Amino acid sequence: MSAEYAAAHSFNKVIDILDRFDRSEAKIIPILQAVQEEYRYLPQEVLTFIATSLRISPARLFGVATFYSHFSLEPKGKHIIKMCDGTACHVRGSSAVIDAIRNKLNLSDKKITTDDMMFTFETVSCLGACGLAPVLVVDDEVHGQITAEQALELISNIEEKEKENA
Amino acid sequence: MPKLEELRDAYNEARALCDKRIIVCAGTGCIANGSMKVFEALKNAIALSGLEVTVSLKSHDPKEHKHHDVYMIGSGCQGFCQVGPLVTIEPAGIMYGHVKPTDAEEIVAQSIVKDEVIERLLYHDPVSGTAYKGPGEIPFYVRQQRTGLKDCGRIDPSNISEYIAHGGYFSARDAFMKYDAEALCNLYKESGLRGRGGGGFLTGLKWDFARKENNEKKYVVCNGDEGDPGAFMDRSILEGNPHSVIEGMMIAAKAIGANEGYVYVRMEYPLACSRIREAIATAEEYGILGDHVFGSKESFHINVMEGAGAFVCGEETALIASIEGKRGMPSPKPPFPAQKGLFGKPTVINNVETLALVPIVMQKGVEDFRKVGSAKSPGTKTFALTGHVANTGLIEVPFGTTIREIVFEIGGGVFDKDGKINNDAFKAVQIGGPSGGCLTREHLDLPLDFDSLGSIGAMVGSGGMVVMNDSTCMVETARYFMTFTQHESCGKCVPCREGTRQMLEILEDITKGEADEESLELLQEAGEAVKITSLCGLGKSAPNPVLSTLRYFRDEYEAHVKAKYCPTKTCKALSPISIDPTLCRGCTLCKRVCPVGAISGEVKKPHVIDPMVCIKCGACIATCKFKAIS
Repeated sequence: MSAEYAAAHSFNKVIDILDRFDRSEAKIIPILQAVQEEYRYLPQEVLTFIATSLRISPARLFGVATFYSHFSLEPKGKHIIKMCDGTACHVRGSSAVIDAIRNKLNLSDKKITTDDMMFTFETVSCLGACGLAPVLVVDDEVHGQITAEQALELISNIEEKEKENA
Repeated sequence: MPKLEELRDAYNEARALCDKRIIVCAGTGCIANGSMKVFEALKNAIALSGLEVTVSLKSHDPKEHKHHDVYMIGSGCQGFCQVGPLVTIEPAGIMYGHVKPTDAEEIVAQSIVKDEVIERLLYHDPVSGTAYKGPGEIPFYVRQQRTGLKDCGRIDPSNISEYIAHGGYFSARDAFMKYDAEALCNLYKESGLRGRGGGGFLTGLKWDFARKENNEKKYVVCNGDEGDPGAFMDRSILEGNPHSVIEGMMIAAKAIGANEGYVYVRMEYPLACSRIREAIATAEEYGILGDHVFGSKESFHINVMEGAGAFVCGEETALIASIEGKRGMPSPKPPFPAQKGLFGKPTVINNVETLALVPIVMQKGVEDFRKVGSAKSPGTKTFALTGHVANTGLIEVPFGTTIREIVFEIGGGVFDKDGKINNDAFKAVQIGGPSGGCLTREHLDLPLDFDSLGSIGAMVGSGGMVVMNDSTCMVETARYFMTFTQHESCGKCVPCREGTRQMLEILEDITKGEADEESLELLQEAGEAVKITSLCGLGKSAPNPVLSTLRYFRDEYEAHVKAKYCPTKTCKALSPISIDPTLCRGCTLCKRVCPVGAISGEVKKPHVIDPMVCIKCGACIATCKFKAIS
């Protein structure tokens, strides 16, 4: 695949990223991080393009992309909600908040993104803010000592704002 | 060549021209609580009051030195996350907690313009209500011995001059100027400094193995993949005092003959990543890092690598695979990383906290360092104290301190299920996270160190310390940890991949009431097999939470499998059916339908169900006309 062809198919940003990391196989992880930053997930055609550019098999690249939990092969929702379920958060009642959010958004541990692509809800093992347990992160904003009611209110607020903007 | 003495003296001179200093905690916890808004509000309030404030002290050029009324900094984590956002005022030594932007004007008027203390913002003891003025008095701080964390939360992490003024980089310079590699390894062997990341291996000995390898290229790796849920000391050090980690890496590099290093940080810690990157760039600018370390012929460069979310990468061989751009799977040892590590070259991997202590060992000298702690575990250890305890946060105590001192004195006591301080509610401390075990009331007076914890089936691990009260179900806790390790098992070796899955399934059966007594034997056996036969540390330590709870809370497991009863009513399937005495009319209908005779009571008086006999068939619930049974 030539650079011109790729550019024509708007892989420009991927090419920039590859160049930034010297097209080095050892830098697969930072490359994938940068790509995910750009696309919010790792689209399959982009992965194939990267593998070809690095002269490695797509299987090798998929192997890395599927090993690390940070990488997502599925598109994520517009708003990303993360609930910490580390030990400190767990003993301070994160399960109840998790259940309440899943219930409200009609999600489960398998289905993490709402059908309208508005919300993705995932649990993470520790955010290192254990002093504030339990911790909820809504679009990179950290909320400490959260209760189920507060969590649902935060989501309702986002829903209302989205409705106003729609 | 940078002259550390000149930088130090210039900084101290400039600093002496500032009347007061305000430190706003800008660690992850306090930022989440809004500390940056507090910072801005304070800055504006000072300006409005007509005082002159600076947020970046220019110290390099003595001509620029001038008087400031207030010097404000954002610091790294001060440890007392529970009461954040924290604001400290020096030299008065006042610490305010739970500060809101709306408090800024009052703070400036009372404590900056005047020297008065605002009582309501002080820390109050949750039991006695006594107010404490600052870190010099608050029991949480007074009973600690902050060494590795000493400057964390006191200095501005983005100001290298401040680190130097506190004695920073002098040890690294000595290492490069006055020592040869062998002498350095010997010094650290004698100090008895052991790795703080979990295993407790002698740092100097590890270095010596790598030093003896004959290779042009060697690496020093800083392991900041703090995946253990419930521990955050590495994050705090990287955020609060990144230069100490760099200095530790430099000394390690000199000791083994490395010219390149990597800092591997979890991507869940964006602030830690940016602070360490910034610190490395500054150190290069100052000629401390780079092609000519301290003007010598030796070079040392440090790269930062962000992890991508895999707990197993905390294991050193898996971490190496991850830096090389592979799936983060561990490999069998030998060869050890010291022989064949990153890109096949001799590599030393040290944990963040260990590296932060390295310059301190040299600063204090071997003898002084060994004075603290226990004979085989010298020095101090940082613990992340969380869970059902009044004061949560990051603490540092000498090895040999007891759980009683940590939980009841520094921690300020245990919360019961109603949220009140009640030390009788103490049930257990889970130490070392998914690799560690539970300590109970009988261990309250055990001096904590690497060896004492190992002897009772726990480990220091990374230092996560989660206090649990008597409303916590230990079987559920074991299940929780097993879910974590099972999920994080990389799948390379069978015992860990399949064994943890089997253990998890048994634990799930137990919490659902679908297991019998034999399951406990099976669980024990599976746990021991996984422990002995797994390839890496993750698998070898994964059964610890299960085995230690089986050992110390056997009666709780038995209640789950024999009586099908969860004593804390945490496991929903095993929470007993009970009769509400205010609704029960004593009609005896339920007593008559119960197939196992679990219900007793006199006519017209409230009845009770014996949970040890009840089989939860639900017949009584269906029969009751008063809806008194649930």
